[in-house]
Amino acid sequence: MDDQPSNFYMLGTMGLASSIGLGLAAAQDKPVVAIDGDGSVLTNLGTLATIGNNPQGNFTLLIIDNRSYGSTGDQPTYAGMKTDLAAVARACGAENVQTVSAEDTAEAVKAAIASDVMTIIVSKCESGNVKVPVIKTNPIVIRERFMEEVRR
Amino acid sequence: MPSNKEDEGMGLCAGAFMGGMKPAIVMQNTALGVVVNTLATLIQFYQIPLPMLISYRGEVGEPVACQVEMALHTKAILNLLHIPTYHFHKPEDAAELPGILEYARMASKPVVILCDASFWRASARSVTTYFRR
Repeated sequence: MDDQPSNFYMLGTMGLASSIGLGLAAAQDKPVVAIDGDGSVLTNLGTLATIGNNPQGNFTLLIIDNRSYGSTGDQPTYAGMKTDLAAVARACGAENVQTVSAEDTAEAVKAAIASDVMTIIVSKCESGNVKVPVIKTNPIVIRERFMEEVRR
Repeated sequence: MPSNKEDEGMGLCAGAFMGGMKPAIVMQNTALGVVVNTLATLIQFYQIPLPMLISYRGEVGEPVACQVEMALHTKAILNLLHIPTYHFHKPEDAAELPGILEYARMASKPVVILCDASFWRASARSVTTYFRR
């Protein structure tokens, strides 16, 4: 998970990571993993209907569900209250939705990448952030090195 | 690929572009307010070419009064964001499309084609005539 050209960092547009990932998965054959948060998915719930109705076998959506808006001070989201994102994903037509613990997430993601069936993984985590620096890489550099990696 | 919201659709386009395709978005001008953030912080920030075919509601001939409210802001929003804007009034204008598509690709920018209701109406008639033949 270290910084590498095959990571695309979406620095703005909260909510669109899953849409970008789905578009990328539809456009080419390499496996795509979109990593998003519960707060982000809640800003773009329609994405789950688009994903459910356009399944891509090479696409994995990993939702890190810590029931909080982590980057603004851990305010609680509705995903920690009455809203069950895995149930929403199933109701939107996604056929392979898994809820896993933080400890089981790595194995679940590896299995999802290895399979040719689209998978949505909801990873239940504790809130709280590891101290990491803000990404300062130029966005064009991020995109160009990513696209070069996709083309390889 | 149909999307539920226009910002979602632009995310799909960004992903498809990075995957080697040449995407475009077809949407209504009414949703330009929805996509201001996406245009500025995804499409322009990452320099992604994006032809935008935009149906221009709320102009002369519009039956729904509420559509006029966003027609008033359409050109202002595009100007604010410095988005190159073209305009199809008649079916013959479609001949300009290949040039505009290449322009968007060359510039790595979002480029808008506003399409009047008269354009769609007259084009639909041409298509119907074509199929009857």
